[in-house]
Amino acid sequence: MTLFFFLLIAIVTVISAILVIVLRNPIHSALSLVLTFFSIAGLYILLNAQFIAAIQVIVYAGAIMVLFLFVIMLLNLEKEKRVSEKHPLQKAFGVSIALFLLGGIGSIVATGVLYGNMGTETAAKVSAVGNTKAIAGLLFTDWVLPFEITSILLIAAIVGAIVLTKKEL
Amino acid sequence: MPSDYFPVFVFLLIAVGFPVMIIALSSIVGPRKPSPEKLMPYECGVDPIGSARKRLSVKFYIVAMLFVVFDIEAIFLYPWAVIFKDLGVFGVVEMGLFIVILFVGLIYAWKKGVLEWE
Repeated sequence: MTLFFFLLIAIVTVISAILVIVLRNPIHSALSLVLTFFSIAGLYILLNAQFIAAIQVIVYAGAIMVLFLFVIMLLNLEKEKRVSEKHPLQKAFGVSIALFLLGGIGSIVATGVLYGNMGTETAAKVSAVGNTKAIAGLLFTDWVLPFEITSILLIAAIVGAIVLTKKEL
Repeated sequence: MPSDYFPVFVFLLIAVGFPVMIIALSSIVGPRKPSPEKLMPYECGVDPIGSARKRLSVKFYIVAMLFVVFDIEAIFLYPWAVIFKDLGVFGVVEMGLFIVILFVGLIYAWKKGVLEWE
Protein backbone atom coordinates (compact mmCIF):
# COMPACT_ATOMS: atom_id res chain seq x y z
CA MET A 1 0.00 0.00 0.00
CA THR A 2 2.82 2.37 0.92
CA LEU A 3 4.57 1.42 -2.32
CA PHE A 4 1.44 2.30 -4.32
CA PHE A 5 1.15 5.71 -2.69
CA PHE A 6 4.88 6.31 -3.03
CA LEU A 7 4.75 5.56 -6.75
CA LEU A 8 1.64 7.71 -7.20
CA ILE A 9 3.14 10.71 -5.38
CA ALA A 10 6.58 10.24 -6.93
CA ILE A 11 5.12 10.22 -10.46
CA VAL A 12 3.12 13.39 -9.71
CA THR A 13 6.25 15.01 -8.24
CA VAL A 14 8.42 14.22 -11.25
CA ILE A 15 5.80 15.22 -13.83
CA SER A 16 4.98 18.52 -12.11
CA ALA A 17 8.69 19.26 -11.66
CA ILE A 18 9.24 18.69 -15.39
CA LEU A 19 6.27 20.94 -16.16
CA VAL A 20 7.89 23.75 -14.11
CA ILE A 21 10.72 23.99 -16.63
CA VAL A 22 8.80 22.97 -19.77
CA LEU A 23 5.82 25.33 -19.50
CA ARG A 24 6.28 28.65 -21.29
CA ASN A 25 4.00 30.83 -19.14
CA PRO A 26 5.81 31.69 -15.88
CA ILE A 27 2.56 31.69 -13.89
CA HIS A 28 1.82 28.13 -15.08
CA SER A 29 5.35 27.15 -14.03
CA ALA A 30 4.75 28.63 -10.59
CA LEU A 31 1.47 26.72 -10.26
CA SER A 32 3.14 23.42 -11.15
CA LEU A 33 5.83 24.28 -8.60
CA VAL A 34 3.02 24.48 -6.00
CA LEU A 35 1.94 20.99 -7.05
CA THR A 36 5.56 19.80 -6.74
CA PHE A 37 5.79 21.22 -3.21
CA PHE A 38 2.51 19.57 -2.23
CA SER A 39 3.59 16.16 -3.53
CA ILE A 40 6.94 16.48 -1.76
CA ALA A 41 4.91 17.06 1.42
CA GLY A 42 3.15 13.79 0.59
CA LEU A 43 6.54 12.06 0.33
CA TYR A 44 7.50 13.47 3.75
CA ILE A 45 4.32 11.97 5.22
CA LEU A 46 5.28 8.59 3.77
CA LEU A 47 8.66 9.00 5.49
CA ASN A 48 6.92 9.53 8.86
CA ALA A 49 7.96 13.18 8.93
CA GLN A 50 4.57 14.77 9.50
CA PHE A 51 5.88 18.00 11.01
CA ILE A 52 8.18 18.59 8.05
CA ALA A 53 5.26 17.85 5.71
CA ALA A 54 3.14 20.51 7.41
CA ILE A 55 6.03 23.00 7.24
CA GLN A 56 6.51 22.12 3.57
CA VAL A 57 2.90 23.07 2.85
CA ILE A 58 2.82 26.20 5.07
CA VAL A 59 6.22 27.69 4.20
CA TYR A 60 6.99 26.45 0.68
CA ALA A 61 3.57 26.02 -0.92
CA GLY A 62 2.32 29.07 0.98
CA ALA A 63 4.84 31.75 1.79
CA ILE A 64 7.67 31.03 -0.67
CA MET A 65 5.22 30.69 -3.57
CA VAL A 66 3.71 34.10 -2.73
CA LEU A 67 7.22 35.51 -2.99
CA PHE A 68 7.81 33.74 -6.33
CA LEU A 69 4.52 35.01 -7.75
CA PHE A 70 5.35 38.57 -6.70
CA VAL A 71 8.73 38.32 -8.42
CA ILE A 72 7.03 37.03 -11.59
CA MET A 73 4.53 39.88 -11.46
CA LEU A 74 7.34 42.37 -10.80
CA LEU A 75 9.26 41.25 -13.87
CA ASN A 76 6.04 40.60 -15.78
CA LEU A 77 7.26 39.77 -19.23
CA GLU A 78 4.59 40.35 -21.79
CA LYS A 79 4.21 37.79 -24.51
CA GLU A 80 6.06 39.71 -27.21
CA LYS A 81 8.99 40.35 -24.87
CA ARG A 82 9.30 36.68 -23.98
CA VAL A 83 11.86 35.98 -26.68
CA SER A 84 13.83 32.91 -25.80
CA GLU A 85 17.48 33.81 -25.81
CA LYS A 86 19.55 30.87 -26.94
CA HIS A 87 23.25 30.62 -26.53
CA PRO A 88 24.99 28.32 -29.05
CA LEU A 89 26.69 26.35 -26.26
CA GLN A 90 23.49 26.11 -24.18
CA LYS A 91 22.31 22.79 -25.53
CA ALA A 92 25.72 21.09 -25.43
CA PHE A 93 26.26 22.32 -21.88
CA GLY A 94 22.82 21.12 -20.71
CA VAL A 95 23.18 17.72 -22.32
CA SER A 96 26.64 17.14 -20.85
CA ILE A 97 25.49 18.07 -17.32
CA ALA A 98 22.41 15.85 -17.69
CA LEU A 99 24.61 12.94 -18.82
CA PHE A 100 26.98 13.58 -15.89
CA LEU A 101 24.09 13.47 -13.39
CA LEU A 102 22.62 10.41 -15.08
CA GLY A 103 25.99 8.69 -14.79
CA GLY A 104 26.15 9.61 -11.10
CA ILE A 105 22.69 8.25 -10.36
CA GLY A 106 23.33 5.20 -12.57
CA SER A 107 26.57 4.33 -10.76
CA ILE A 108 24.79 4.47 -7.39
CA VAL A 109 21.96 2.27 -8.64
CA ALA A 110 24.44 -0.13 -10.27
CA THR A 111 26.52 -0.54 -7.09
CA GLY A 112 23.31 -1.22 -5.16
CA VAL A 113 23.98 1.21 -2.29
CA LEU A 114 20.47 2.65 -2.27
CA TYR A 115 19.98 2.58 1.47
CA GLY A 116 22.18 4.25 4.06
CA ASN A 117 22.61 3.04 7.62
CA MET A 118 19.47 3.34 9.70
CA GLY A 119 19.58 6.21 12.20
CA THR A 120 18.94 5.82 15.91
CA GLU A 121 15.63 7.73 15.73
CA THR A 122 13.37 5.10 14.21
CA ALA A 123 9.79 5.84 13.18
CA ALA A 124 8.39 3.84 16.10
CA LYS A 125 10.61 5.71 18.56
CA VAL A 126 9.62 9.09 17.15
CA SER A 127 5.89 8.39 17.07
CA ALA A 128 6.07 7.25 20.72
CA VAL A 129 6.89 10.81 21.83
CA GLY A 130 5.26 12.62 18.93
CA ASN A 131 6.80 13.98 15.78
CA THR A 132 6.83 17.67 16.73
CA LYS A 133 8.10 16.92 20.23
CA ALA A 134 10.95 14.79 18.90
CA ILE A 135 12.08 17.61 16.59
CA ALA A 136 11.69 20.22 19.32
CA GLY A 137 13.65 18.18 21.83
CA LEU A 138 16.66 18.14 19.51
CA LEU A 139 16.27 21.59 17.96
CA PHE A 140 16.12 23.52 21.21
CA THR A 141 18.84 21.60 23.04
CA ASP A 142 21.55 20.11 20.80
CA TRP A 143 20.98 22.42 17.83
CA VAL A 144 20.32 25.66 19.67
CA LEU A 145 23.15 27.55 17.94
CA PRO A 146 21.94 26.84 14.38
CA PHE A 147 18.46 27.81 15.58
CA GLU A 148 19.69 31.18 16.85
CA ILE A 149 21.73 31.72 13.68
CA THR A 150 18.51 31.24 11.70
CA SER A 151 17.28 34.51 13.19
CA ILE A 152 20.42 36.25 11.86
CA LEU A 153 19.69 34.77 8.41
CA LEU A 154 16.09 36.01 8.57
CA ILE A 155 17.10 39.52 9.67
CA ALA A 156 19.61 39.58 6.79
CA ALA A 157 16.70 38.77 4.45
CA ILE A 158 14.66 41.67 5.86
CA VAL A 159 17.53 44.16 5.62
CA GLY A 160 18.51 42.95 2.15
CA ALA A 161 14.98 43.28 0.77
CA ILE A 162 14.59 46.77 2.23
CA VAL A 163 17.99 48.02 1.03
CA LEU A 164 17.37 46.69 -2.50
CA THR A 165 13.84 48.02 -2.89
CA LYS A 166 13.69 51.29 -0.95
CA LYS A 167 14.49 54.36 -3.02
CA GLU A 168 15.68 56.57 -0.16
CA LEU A 169 16.88 54.90 3.00
CA MET B 1 1.80 6.81 10.90
CA PRO B 2 1.36 7.66 7.21
CA SER B 3 -1.93 5.73 7.14
CA ASP B 4 -3.40 8.36 9.49
CA TYR B 5 -3.22 10.75 6.57
CA PHE B 6 -5.43 8.65 4.29
CA PRO B 7 -8.47 10.91 5.05
CA VAL B 8 -6.37 13.90 3.95
CA PHE B 9 -5.64 12.09 0.68
CA VAL B 10 -9.35 11.37 0.16
CA PHE B 11 -10.12 15.01 0.96
CA LEU B 12 -7.56 16.17 -1.63
CA LEU B 13 -9.02 13.80 -4.22
CA ILE B 14 -12.52 15.22 -3.64
CA ALA B 15 -11.25 18.82 -3.50
CA VAL B 16 -9.50 18.43 -6.87
CA GLY B 17 -12.02 16.06 -8.47
CA PHE B 18 -15.13 18.12 -7.77
CA PRO B 19 -14.07 21.34 -9.57
CA VAL B 20 -12.55 19.29 -12.41
CA MET B 21 -15.88 17.47 -12.81
CA ILE B 22 -17.88 20.74 -12.70
CA ILE B 23 -15.64 22.47 -15.27
CA ALA B 24 -15.63 19.39 -17.52
CA LEU B 25 -19.43 19.07 -17.30
CA SER B 26 -20.05 22.74 -18.05
CA SER B 27 -17.68 22.61 -21.03
CA ILE B 28 -19.49 19.53 -22.39
CA VAL B 29 -23.09 20.56 -21.66
CA GLY B 30 -22.89 24.36 -21.91
CA PRO B 31 -23.53 26.08 -25.25
CA ARG B 32 -20.72 28.26 -26.58
CA LYS B 33 -21.61 31.51 -28.34
CA PRO B 34 -18.57 33.81 -28.04
CA SER B 35 -18.88 37.48 -28.86
CA PRO B 36 -16.28 40.27 -28.45
CA GLU B 37 -18.12 41.64 -25.39
CA LYS B 38 -18.22 38.22 -23.74
CA LEU B 39 -14.52 37.58 -24.31
CA MET B 40 -13.50 40.89 -22.78
CA PRO B 41 -11.83 40.71 -19.34
CA TYR B 42 -14.44 41.38 -16.67
CA GLU B 43 -13.66 44.37 -14.46
CA CYS B 44 -16.81 44.91 -12.39
CA GLY B 45 -18.71 46.08 -15.47
CA VAL B 46 -16.26 48.89 -16.28
CA ASP B 47 -14.57 48.86 -19.69
CA PRO B 48 -10.98 47.66 -19.14
CA ILE B 49 -8.29 50.29 -19.78
CA GLY B 50 -4.84 49.24 -20.99
CA SER B 51 -3.19 45.89 -20.45
CA ALA B 52 -3.99 43.75 -17.44
CA ARG B 53 -0.33 42.73 -17.35
CA LYS B 54 0.97 45.74 -15.53
CA ARG B 55 4.07 45.71 -13.42
CA LEU B 56 3.30 45.47 -9.74
CA SER B 57 4.84 47.92 -7.31
CA VAL B 58 7.91 46.60 -5.51
CA LYS B 59 6.20 47.46 -2.20
CA PHE B 60 4.19 44.23 -2.50
CA TYR B 61 7.47 42.33 -2.61
CA ILE B 62 8.73 43.78 0.69
CA VAL B 63 5.43 42.96 2.37
CA ALA B 64 5.69 39.39 1.03
CA MET B 65 9.29 39.16 2.24
CA LEU B 66 8.30 40.32 5.75
CA PHE B 67 5.47 37.78 5.67
CA VAL B 68 7.87 34.94 4.84
CA VAL B 69 10.25 35.95 7.64
CA PHE B 70 7.60 36.17 10.34
CA ASP B 71 5.89 33.05 9.00
CA ILE B 72 9.12 31.14 9.65
CA GLU B 73 9.35 32.72 13.11
CA ALA B 74 5.85 31.40 13.84
CA ILE B 75 6.87 27.95 12.53
CA PHE B 76 9.72 27.85 15.06
CA LEU B 77 7.29 28.76 17.83
CA TYR B 78 5.18 25.64 17.21
CA PRO B 79 7.77 23.02 18.29
CA TRP B 80 8.98 25.36 21.04
CA ALA B 81 5.45 25.63 22.44
CA VAL B 82 5.25 21.83 22.62
CA ILE B 83 8.23 21.47 24.96
CA PHE B 84 8.73 24.87 26.57
CA LYS B 85 7.68 23.51 30.00
CA ASP B 86 10.45 20.89 29.83
CA LEU B 87 13.02 23.48 28.75
CA GLY B 88 12.32 25.83 31.65
CA VAL B 89 14.21 29.12 31.89
CA PHE B 90 16.65 28.04 29.15
CA GLY B 91 13.76 27.75 26.71
CA VAL B 92 12.47 31.24 27.54
CA VAL B 93 15.95 32.73 27.10
CA GLU B 94 16.71 31.04 23.75
CA MET B 95 13.34 31.86 22.24
CA GLY B 96 13.54 35.37 23.73
CA LEU B 97 16.88 35.93 22.00
CA PHE B 98 15.46 34.60 18.70
CA ILE B 99 12.42 36.88 18.89
CA VAL B 100 14.46 39.92 19.98
CA ILE B 101 16.79 39.55 16.97
CA LEU B 102 13.81 39.36 14.61
CA PHE B 103 12.12 42.23 16.46
CA VAL B 104 15.16 44.39 15.66
CA GLY B 105 14.46 43.57 12.00
CA LEU B 106 10.84 44.61 12.42
CA ILE B 107 11.89 47.91 14.07
CA TYR B 108 14.35 48.50 11.21
CA ALA B 109 11.59 47.93 8.64
CA TRP B 110 9.27 50.18 10.63
CA LYS B 111 11.82 53.01 10.90
CA LYS B 112 12.53 52.81 7.17
CA GLY B 113 8.85 53.34 6.51
CA VAL B 114 8.22 49.95 4.90
CA LEU B 115 4.98 49.49 6.82
CA GLU B 116 3.59 52.76 5.47
CA TRP B 117 1.98 52.79 2.06
CA GLU B 118 3.05 56.14 0.58
